[in-house]
Amino acid sequence: MILNQFLFLSAFLFCVGAYGVLVRKNAVLVLMSIELMVNAVNINLVAFSLRNDNVIGQVFALFVIAVAAAEVGVGLAIVLLIYRNRSSVDLTEVSEMKG
Amino acid sequence: MLAQNIIFGLLAVTMGVAALRMVTTKNVVHAALYLVIVLSGMAALYVLLAAEFVAVVQVLVYIGAIVVLFLFGIMLTRAKVGGETDVDNDQRWIGVIVCTFLLGILGVTLWQAFGEESLNLTNSVASGASAVNTQRVADSIFGQYLVPFEALSVLLLAALVGAVVVARRD
Repeated sequence: MILNQFLFLSAFLFCVGAYGVLVRKNAVLVLMSIELMVNAVNINLVAFSLRNDNVIGQVFALFVIAVAAAEVGVGLAIVLLIYRNRSSVDLTEVSEMKG
Repeated sequence: MLAQNIIFGLLAVTMGVAALRMVTTKNVVHAALYLVIVLSGMAALYVLLAAEFVAVVQVLVYIGAIVVLFLFGIMLTRAKVGGETDVDNDQRWIGVIVCTFLLGILGVTLWQAFGEESLNLTNSVASGASAVNTQRVADSIFGQYLVPFEALSVLLLAALVGAVVVARRD
């Protein structure tokens, strides 16, 4: 196995996630795409842990998983609040702060 | 060595196709289920990279908890379950251009930086038994990284309280 096959897969998944964030307008789908990007970064951390012969990369991957869990909890709470106030989770309609 | 490459190829193709379907499908529930496929593939990749503990945590936290949270979110926002809805905005081609550009830059940079550097499968992380690696991870978390670990615990508590405060009806 070469290192770059993992890094290329990670870069591909990251770009797919970025596409989802840019293109989706349902807030739950945007959060899912963000999770995809976070996971893509985690592959890098674990791959470099093996390359550098050091488990600290795995420790950081665990930290990232925990932070992502906190993020998605708060994110879905905010989405629910938007839904309750506007009866819609369409992000193109949430534009009060647009200049 | 060859078997590992074949497994990696299968996983990579499955995850790539599932990720692409996830960001293009018009059915919200299907998107969550494609996310499960991608996350399971990631867990298998972690096993391939000799990170068994991270793989188990991935299955527990992501597939066990976060996907369920997403399905609850889909249910509570009353997205049309089963039907096709308009879930994309009108920036599709700009998105395709931006992401292709980003992927190109990342690919060229990675190739220049690491080329065909191979992973050393005889070093201590790769050849250690899973119990040894898990022990090393635990030693790092509860030794060198104890303070960040405790800060993370407080962050999770704050996120929990914050989510309850934001989402409750009063």
